[in-house]
Amino acid sequence: MSLLNYFKTSKPKTAALAKERLQILIAHEKSMQNQPSYLPELQKDLLAVIQKYIEVDQDAVSVVFDSDDDQETLELNIILPEHQHT
Amino acid sequence: MARIIVVTSGKGGVGKTTTSAAIAMGLAKKGHKTAVIDFDVGLRNLDLIMGCERRVVYDFVNVINGEATLNQALIKDKRCNQLFILPASQTRDKDALTKEGVGKVLEELSKTFKYIVCDSPAGIERGANLAMYFADDAFVVTNPEVSSVRDSDRMLGILASKSKRAESGDEPIKEYLLLSRYDPKRVKLGAMLSVEDVQEILSLHLLGVIPESESVLNASNSGTPIILDEDSDAGQAYSDVVARYLGEEVEHRFIEEAKKGLFGRLFRN
Ligand SMILES: Nc1ncnc2c1ncn2[C@@H]1O[C@H](COP(=O)(O)OP(=O)(O)OP(=O)(O)O)[C@@H](O)[C@H]1O
Ligand SMILES: [Mg+2]
Repeated sequence: MSLLNYFKTSKPKTAALAKERLQILIAHEKSMQNQPSYLPELQKDLLAVIQKYIEVDQDAVSVVFDSDDDQETLELNIILPEHQHT
Repeated sequence: MARIIVVTSGKGGVGKTTTSAAIAMGLAKKGHKTAVIDFDVGLRNLDLIMGCERRVVYDFVNVINGEATLNQALIKDKRCNQLFILPASQTRDKDALTKEGVGKVLEELSKTFKYIVCDSPAGIERGANLAMYFADDAFVVTNPEVSSVRDSDRMLGILASKSKRAESGDEPIKEYLLLSRYDPKRVKLGAMLSVEDVQEILSLHLLGVIPESESVLNASNSGTPIILDEDSDAGQAYSDVVARYLGEEVEHRFIEEAKKGLFGRLFRN
């Protein structure tokens, strides 16, 4: 390996970024497969209710279903817009 | 009225999605409101190449089925406010796309968009047929390799006979050749079909030659359309393609091997 190869390989590593993006995406898609079938509807309805009061983006509401051996949980996340004073 | 472009090939893995992402971004960056649609139902990938995979809420099939509005499903690009992405559905239902449904969505998009880029799946099945059916222009992505050229020829036949324009006797779809993953060094060695060879066989208007380039993998790793990498040869080649498509006269590049200076030669090994 020449000295110049050293500079060549010191570029930012996009492979690590690719791996991270894939892990997040695939974990998400797996969790979607096991989730109860009512979840998308629930998410839609929740978003509609929240939008009655607050101007939020359509991806502002996320409902995450999680289950382990002894319990199942629903985690609700709502991202509010910045500086919302009404 | 929008202009509908299908990016098609017949053969898989030749660079349709890479091209769709690049030209959609290129058109949008030139100030034209552009939508890019993933027709690869069940194998959604355009979102990854565009870097918006975490923002997908609704998809093309949701819109067709009336489960979401077009505005809800369209993802606005964070880098260019003229660009919108409509992701494919991950459903395994092969019949999820219907001619009526696709037609309706395209018609609605046509009201507000200047260009609609349809990223076709490989093959000649439903998804590929619907991606090209409503097109005004076709970008036929071809690799300089026997099976890709043959499949492109097959696709040309389908464009000429099975499209809406063909069925209604309108002016035919305008077809353009995009020769991708071109390696001038191997062409020179006689180990790869040349641009002239491919053009002679397909007799298509050449929109551009995209060189085989390492930067394409880096771009997809990071979810950035390659056209935004202005230092890369492939990115520049796509910029030329967009300019030519819009009517600018741009000389062809990347057909000959780049003459590397001493510095360049040092960096190759
Ligand atoms: N100019 C290029 N140089 C190097 N690699 C490229 C180039 N264009 C595309 N590729 C690579 O080729 C592979 C296939 O590209 P892409 O996904 O765009 O093809 P596709 O035609 O959409 O495939 P499919 O038929 O599966 O939809 C990818 O790994 C991509 O990074
Ligand atoms: Mg593809």
